[in-house]
Amino acid sequence: MVIKYSKLIFFLFLIILISSASYAEPHKQLSDYNFFKDIKNQVPTEETIPYKIANPLFSDYSYKFRFVHMPLNSVAEYSYNNVFNFPVGATIIKTFAYPIDERDLDKGFQLLETRLLIKDENGWIPLSYIWNNEQTNAFLKYTGHTFNVSWVSNNGQKKYVRYRAPNVNQCKSCHEINNKIQPIGPKGRNMNINFVYPHGEANQIEFWHGKNLLNNVPTPLKENPAIWNDTKYEINARARSYLDANCAHCHQKGASASNSGFYLNIEENNSSILGIYKTPVAAGRGSGGLKYIIDPGKPVDSILLYRMLSTDPGVMMPELSRNLQHEEAIPLIREWISQLK
Amino acid sequence: MKINKKIIYFVAFIFASNFSYGKIIIEPGPNAYDRIQEALILAQPYENIHLSSGYYEIEDGLSLDVDNVTLSGDGLDKTILSFKNQKSGAEGLLVTSNGVTLSDFAVEDTIGDAIVVKKANGIRFLRVRVEWTDGPKSSNGAYGLYPVESKDVLIDSCIAIGASDAGIYVGQSERIKVINSEAKFNVAGIEIENSYFAEVINNIAHHNTGGILIFDLPNLPQQGGHDILVKNNKVINNDTPNFAPEGNIVGKTPNGTGIMVMANEKVILEENYISGNATAGILVVSYLDDYEDDNYNPLPNKIFIRNNQLNNNGFEVDKVRAEPIALLTKNKAPEIIWDGVTSFPEWIGLSKQQRLILGSNKTEDRKTDMINLNLMTYALLPWLHKTKEDYDDYIGEGISLAEVNFKTKW
Repeated sequence: MVIKYSKLIFFLFLIILISSASYAEPHKQLSDYNFFKDIKNQVPTEETIPYKIANPLFSDYSYKFRFVHMPLNSVAEYSYNNVFNFPVGATIIKTFAYPIDERDLDKGFQLLETRLLIKDENGWIPLSYIWNNEQTNAFLKYTGHTFNVSWVSNNGQKKYVRYRAPNVNQCKSCHEINNKIQPIGPKGRNMNINFVYPHGEANQIEFWHGKNLLNNVPTPLKENPAIWNDTKYEINARARSYLDANCAHCHQKGASASNSGFYLNIEENNSSILGIYKTPVAAGRGSGGLKYIIDPGKPVDSILLYRMLSTDPGVMMPELSRNLQHEEAIPLIREWISQLK
Repeated sequence: MKINKKIIYFVAFIFASNFSYGKIIIEPGPNAYDRIQEALILAQPYENIHLSSGYYEIEDGLSLDVDNVTLSGDGLDKTILSFKNQKSGAEGLLVTSNGVTLSDFAVEDTIGDAIVVKKANGIRFLRVRVEWTDGPKSSNGAYGLYPVESKDVLIDSCIAIGASDAGIYVGQSERIKVINSEAKFNVAGIEIENSYFAEVINNIAHHNTGGILIFDLPNLPQQGGHDILVKNNKVINNDTPNFAPEGNIVGKTPNGTGIMVMANEKVILEENYISGNATAGILVVSYLDDYEDDNYNPLPNKIFIRNNQLNNNGFEVDKVRAEPIALLTKNKAPEIIWDGVTSFPEWIGLSKQQRLILGSNKTEDRKTDMINLNLMTYALLPWLHKTKEDYDDYIGEGISLAEVNFKTKW
């Protein structure tokens, strides 16, 4: 009997050991990851590569400092339309900040949160680190955080925003496709632009390729779609790039707004699926009393524009990460709908 | 090596019991959002997060993404999550995991929808109340209980009040039971939309614009709603004027609609008590708006109506939202109304479908009456148009539906 019990206890102990070992706890402090040489000024180490993307998501005029960190000698795989296939152990790092004075960025930034997406054997894990008031470090928080932020914008205006760092579940509502968490930004068509590195300016994809961080890179590189705020592109292409970056993370097949049947990813070509003469399904007062998501030629009658203009959480789109109007994008979408037939 | 089976059972038991014992209790007070949200995020499967009775003021949207969690309160009038000052989040509570149970609490005054459940395999709402406390207003959130793209949906003994779209709304889902619940002062009391295999039984839908709506709409990932049983409900005095923001499909629900079936297949309406609905007791219609969708069938089919008690409906037809009915019935409609829209071959008599099937129904002071508005002819050959009102022409053998069996074990 005694022997049986000791066996049992051993067995139990073993199981507890195994089960506890399989949970890798994330670091409590951002500094513990050693991504930065100078964390306060967001200066990365040699192994942490800064990047930017051609068509970013609007998040209440916050600045975003993006980096990727990959395990030594590992390499990601290039894709034009999809996010690069990153190796296990890769971390995508994004710090959200507001400038003190946008007219003079040397005055510095108020850092709010740093979001990580860490790739492990089972997929991507989202984490958010909230910066302390002293701006010396950021600390893991699962429930998100509210900041009341003010800054001086480009035109000298003082601006205010209730900035909401998302909770871990909210990360999923934008980053989840077919029940899997995915990064959104670093795909080929978003990365083919130049970045000013400490050693000089270079094309990001070529730079990554040269550092053996990225393989299967085509030559020559396929051109990017339009950049939404670059007027050298035609209006339709700019609008579609903007809608892809700002809406399609939810409004595509398999993503969190799939039930709407209204998809804005850049590959979509079906006009009713794109919202043209499509009536809303579950918009509630988000419809604003309007009949169609896009009423071609009539921006003021289009729900799409109405919800971009709104800052009411029960109406506005996107649902998350926006409290202010994106003033620069509204004329673009207005003009785009006006010229649709 | 011989493994002792008893040990394995014992270990399994220890683990199983660990899972079921976890209970986290939260009390009302400051930082309610942070405390509840943290518990929802850190919850382990099979854990119970319990909200003690009291008033919780929540400013941001809550969300749950852990399987098999139970979120409970002390009662739908005792544990109250108030979103009166909600500042962010498109809904009060969002559930995106499987096998979840929500029970015995209330969600009030959310800025958008109250409780949204997306893509869940298994969701139970037990004794949950959702309410906009200022009464019916177009600025209220759209949906009360709103499971969508889910399988195994149970809504039992819940209450939904004041939604500017539907109080209890199940969309693009499969295997559904809405039972013993109450919906009032919503635009749509209970709505089953683009869904398969649903039972709506023993509910009370009153003082809505429309009591119970069974809809199918185009341009959606799941469509072709079918196999819906609506049984033993009280659908009475739906007399709240439509207050849906325009542009929404329910905005077209005529004031005073009892049960409305649109473009579904295989629906049984039986043993309901339907009374005091000004436009119609039972309304069976096709989807008549323009749409571009080759896969969509806008016509209802095999709608079987029997053993209902229909009293005093259709006494003042909504002239705006039910213009053809008002016109063709001179504002006093029979108890059962079908728009009579069919496919073209049926219309010219080349084929026959049992779109509307009547069994015996009862009305207090007379034989239950019906009308086929014959809208096809009205639109195509108006000078030949006549409505058809012979009840006996629609009596048929009827259909039966298999019982809904959940695969989820909660």
